[in-house]
Amino acid sequence: MNISVILFAIIAIIGTSFFSYNIWKIKYNINLGLPTERSGQRGKRLKTMLLVAFGQKKMFSRPIPALLHLCLYVAFVITQIELFEIITDGLLHEHRFFRNGLGGFYTFTISFIEILSVLAFFATIIFLARRNLLKLPRLNMKEMIGWPTKDANLILIFELVLLICIFTMNGTDEVLFQRGASHADMGTNGSFGFSVSSFLGPLLFDGLSTESLHFAERMGWWGHLLMVLGFLNYLPYSKHFHILLAFPNTYYSNLEAKGKFTNMESVTKEVKLMMDPTADPYAAPDPDAPPPSRFGAKDVSDLSWKNLMDAYTCTECGRCTSSCPANITGKLLSPRKIMMDTRDRLVEVGESKRKNGKDFEDGKALLGDYISEEELWACTSCNACVDECPVNIDPLSIIIDLRRFLVMEESKIPNELTGMLTNIENNGAPWQFSQNDRLNWANEE
Amino acid sequence: MSIQVPTMAEMTAKGEHPDILFWVGCSGSFDDRAKKITKALVKILNKCKVSFAVLGSEESCSGDPAKRAGNEFTYQMQAMMNIEVLNGYEVKKIVTACPHCFNTLKNEYPELGGDYEVVHHTQLIQDLINTGKLTLESSGTFKGKKITFHDPCYLGRANDVYEAPRQLIAKLDAELVEMKRCKSKGLCCGAGGAQMFKEAEKGNKEINIERTEDATETKAAVIATGCPFCNTMMTDGIKNAEKEAEIKVLDIAELIANAAEL
Repeated sequence: MNISVILFAIIAIIGTSFFSYNIWKIKYNINLGLPTERSGQRGKRLKTMLLVAFGQKKMFSRPIPALLHLCLYVAFVITQIELFEIITDGLLHEHRFFRNGLGGFYTFTISFIEILSVLAFFATIIFLARRNLLKLPRLNMKEMIGWPTKDANLILIFELVLLICIFTMNGTDEVLFQRGASHADMGTNGSFGFSVSSFLGPLLFDGLSTESLHFAERMGWWGHLLMVLGFLNYLPYSKHFHILLAFPNTYYSNLEAKGKFTNMESVTKEVKLMMDPTADPYAAPDPDAPPPSRFGAKDVSDLSWKNLMDAYTCTECGRCTSSCPANITGKLLSPRKIMMDTRDRLVEVGESKRKNGKDFEDGKALLGDYISEEELWACTSCNACVDECPVNIDPLSIIIDLRRFLVMEESKIPNELTGMLTNIENNGAPWQFSQNDRLNWANEE
Repeated sequence: MSIQVPTMAEMTAKGEHPDILFWVGCSGSFDDRAKKITKALVKILNKCKVSFAVLGSEESCSGDPAKRAGNEFTYQMQAMMNIEVLNGYEVKKIVTACPHCFNTLKNEYPELGGDYEVVHHTQLIQDLINTGKLTLESSGTFKGKKITFHDPCYLGRANDVYEAPRQLIAKLDAELVEMKRCKSKGLCCGAGGAQMFKEAEKGNKEINIERTEDATETKAAVIATGCPFCNTMMTDGIKNAEKEAEIKVLDIAELIANAAEL
């Protein structure tokens, strides 16, 4: 067996194993969330996923970034074909394994990939410029300082390197083929006829010796492979994980009207008991009843698994925040920060639970240590953030669950709202008017 | 013209059952500005001889502001009391001029045992016009004028009702001018999520001022809306900009009542 095949197999196995381990961790973390019903209506769910994730439907409300993103997205998806060949070649110690069998179709496919790769290359450069030169406001807000900005730039640079590897590999191979020295067809002089590299190759690499070309070609091949494996293993630590989770996350979208907030059944039980004149207030609690749940959410484990999946799906694009009326008018609230905080806290909780056991508490919480009351009380529940998200993330439901905890468990609520609630309880209106006067308007001039 | 406002109690005593319940809401009952909207809608209902009734003193807050403020207890107490009253009168269909009540009654009451067909007043008025029950003899004082529509969040994004109010504006022979942020991208007036009842958090601008600027940019003579809270916020915004003389903030019901010469 060839040494490079063995090396290839070892790297591939290590790369995919480590990736699988990280995926297991993320799955464990998401499962720390509470149950929420998102099954059924499979047709509708599939349609939502196809339109929103696969079809990028919601991206197109902002056409320029949508087009740039589309270039990257399509190139990424199509390049997997070339990756498939690289893996096949790696395992079989072949060179362009599919070329002989596929002929003209092979030339067409690689040409197509190359054109998309050029588009992706320029899109990536523009993306880097938007972040770092044009300093687009939504990409340069407070919560983006430090790691989030590095993360974003790193991904773009990864992509550039990956694309350079592809063109180095195809370009040098083209020159080698012209010299009759390509491993794809040794001894034959010719051209692969690929759309970009058949021009770009001779332009860039013609001056190199055949030996150097072989070396550069291998560098491109191994570089591509290592970048892909590196990228794969970087994903679970990065906001870029959205390329995988966008699909399940849109599949499990909330299909109800956006204005409908969840009904808290734990409260329904208590209210029914209160309103039932026959209820015995001293009755012993049902011994089989589950332990009383917390009202609202204090930490990530009080949120639903879908909230937690949302957090891992967020790619920090900031469309939510740039459409948030509170944020636009200078308030502390940023829906993107809500999602980033949820993910950061979830990673922390997951790590400590795996290390110290499932019941371990570290004394910290999402509410207070990550998200402040001021942020929560700035929300108008207008659903702009929910509507805006290209992958159907729902920051509003997290905000409301945290508010519920503040109000019902800790009685922490702005003074004016206490007055409003007292009025509703006493006279059935948020203001101090008597319920008996509700029809006075009919007789007023 | 005096208005006729039967209550459910009166009608039931007479052995009658109205087709539709008009849920007035707290703003519509108590807020001086919103009461005018309530009356405009009643005039339309009277004119079209719609069989309706109100709950009067049997109505109570829908619970929306309590739920948005995070107090599910107060919300559910209100909801269950209201559902008892509504179910007691065997209510099938409800119309309301408040998108917050609309959303809560429509989407959140069913899980607590209150299942009704709930429509926003713009939807009902549109239906009255489409079925020929309401004809606009003139186009009122708004013919040829620029009108912009501010989408209430709980009508638009929350429940995907964007067209009914716009089609009604079209009936006025007015020119509908859209704000740069409209329909699903519309900007909130700042009152939702119980913000109506508290001071805004610290920031550098009030949301209603930001939204009023969107509206004044369109050079519209009228800012139309379909929510009593939005009406308050936009009216305040216009006052703040000292543009009360040039720009009116009116509910769709008021525009239609004007055009129908009611």
